[in-house]
Amino acid sequence: MISQLEYYFSYPFVRYALIVGLLISLCSSLLGVTLVLKRFSFIGDGLSHVAFGAMAIAAVAGITNRMIIILPVTVLSAILILRTGQNTKIRGDASIAMISVGSLAAGYMLMNIFPTSSNISADVCGSLFGSASILTLKESDVLLCLIMAVIVLVVFILFYNKIFSVTFDENFSKATGINSDGYNLMIAIITAIIIVIAMNLVGSLLISALIIFPALSAMRIFKNFRNVIICSAVISVICAGTGIILSILFSTPVGATIVTADIAVFFIFWAISSFTSKSR
Amino acid sequence: MSKQIICKNATLGYEDGIVTENLNFTVNSGDYLCILGENGSGKSTLIKALLGLKPQISGEIKWCEGFSARDIGYLPQQTPVQRDFPASVREIVLSGCLSKMGFRPFYNSAEKKLADDNMKQLGIESLAKHCYRELSGGQQQRVLLARALCAASKMLLLDEPVTGLDPLAQTELYELIAKLNNNGISIIMVSHDISSALKYASHILHISKKQLFFGTKSNYLNSTAGISFLETEGKS
Repeated sequence: MISQLEYYFSYPFVRYALIVGLLISLCSSLLGVTLVLKRFSFIGDGLSHVAFGAMAIAAVAGITNRMIIILPVTVLSAILILRTGQNTKIRGDASIAMISVGSLAAGYMLMNIFPTSSNISADVCGSLFGSASILTLKESDVLLCLIMAVIVLVVFILFYNKIFSVTFDENFSKATGINSDGYNLMIAIITAIIIVIAMNLVGSLLISALIIFPALSAMRIFKNFRNVIICSAVISVICAGTGIILSILFSTPVGATIVTADIAVFFIFWAISSFTSKSR
Repeated sequence: MSKQIICKNATLGYEDGIVTENLNFTVNSGDYLCILGENGSGKSTLIKALLGLKPQISGEIKWCEGFSARDIGYLPQQTPVQRDFPASVREIVLSGCLSKMGFRPFYNSAEKKLADDNMKQLGIESLAKHCYRELSGGQQQRVLLARALCAASKMLLLDEPVTGLDPLAQTELYELIAKLNNNGISIIMVSHDISSALKYASHILHISKKQLFFGTKSNYLNSTAGISFLETEGKS
């Protein structure tokens, strides 16, 4: 087993893939806390469907670097969802559902009408549930993920205190002159970026799991915001690392393995928190 | 006594209609102004206008020299998000300092000291490391008051601060606010609770689509608006 791992990790692109996987899970878990607390969990879900639709368009159009299409479309949808969420004519949750299911259907339609390869269902399955193996990641994907992950990390650390304030109390933040609409927009755009880069790793249907599970687990046990964020990041990175290594060893799908690890940790934390609250 | 806010013939509302009009009042430093009115009388619109978040349709709201909308510490009503929010008391109080920071990303030692001082002033320094969602309603309001004091030290604007508190906690919070007022902080409080308003406030502003009364508390008790409001309150 160890020798099998050593064999795989002798290839540089496997090592890069592992690094990227860890970075993606770190970023998604940081933002996950904010999204869960702001009741924005479904934005992540909606955007990931949009990203799938955009990817289908890129595939049909025969564009080799699909990110050129996926990234702007997803970021635009994030802005759109946020704007309509503030508009009372179509309720926020309904508009997210509309956009997400719509683009899922449109994407699948496109891929069927204009097939780019002989095996459509494998293509679709790959983009919904992640690559069958992280080993199929291309080097250019890895580099792009790396750059984006660093940007997200830097932005999050620089604006940490403002993000806290906007998450905890938007009305107060506005009153003290913090541009809370601007920060909401920033949060939505970063979410979109994370979803796009995470799509390679876990596929569009499983991204929300990567975003919400570590945050929910951390919130079971920790009682201040900074510790929740740190714990969420640690859980997410450990689960991603374990998931990736297990998926290499047992040739299971990467995305599903990582998410299963996240779910397992959630139940452990849930058990601990209900045990400690009873004993008190 | 210096003037802090002057409101002249202000009309407030949204694109699709006027909410309240002809507001005339002034707030001097050290005042304790209580804004009374039914639901839908324009209280929350007035709050937004005083905070400079929503410009008036006509008339004038003036923040006097050396005083601006940013010098108002705001105590909003609690939102559902906050009730299960995993944050320590200190983190929340510190977040009041953010407005002073501009683009600087982290708190400096002066801001940390300000937060500690305000927690001490409100008697919650022992709770600093506690989790906000595990506090009682009265303690939570003190935390939010401390945060408001970190943001601004001249005036507090309180939006229904005692809603949802038990009677003892209500009295404690009112006494605490009165103490802050005695220390020279102007108070503007929006409230339903007329008896406490009359007990603690120095001035009353009574609105209902338009201004029914503005003046000192003793004048209010003899005004037509005051007498009729007290009668309906007494019956209910």
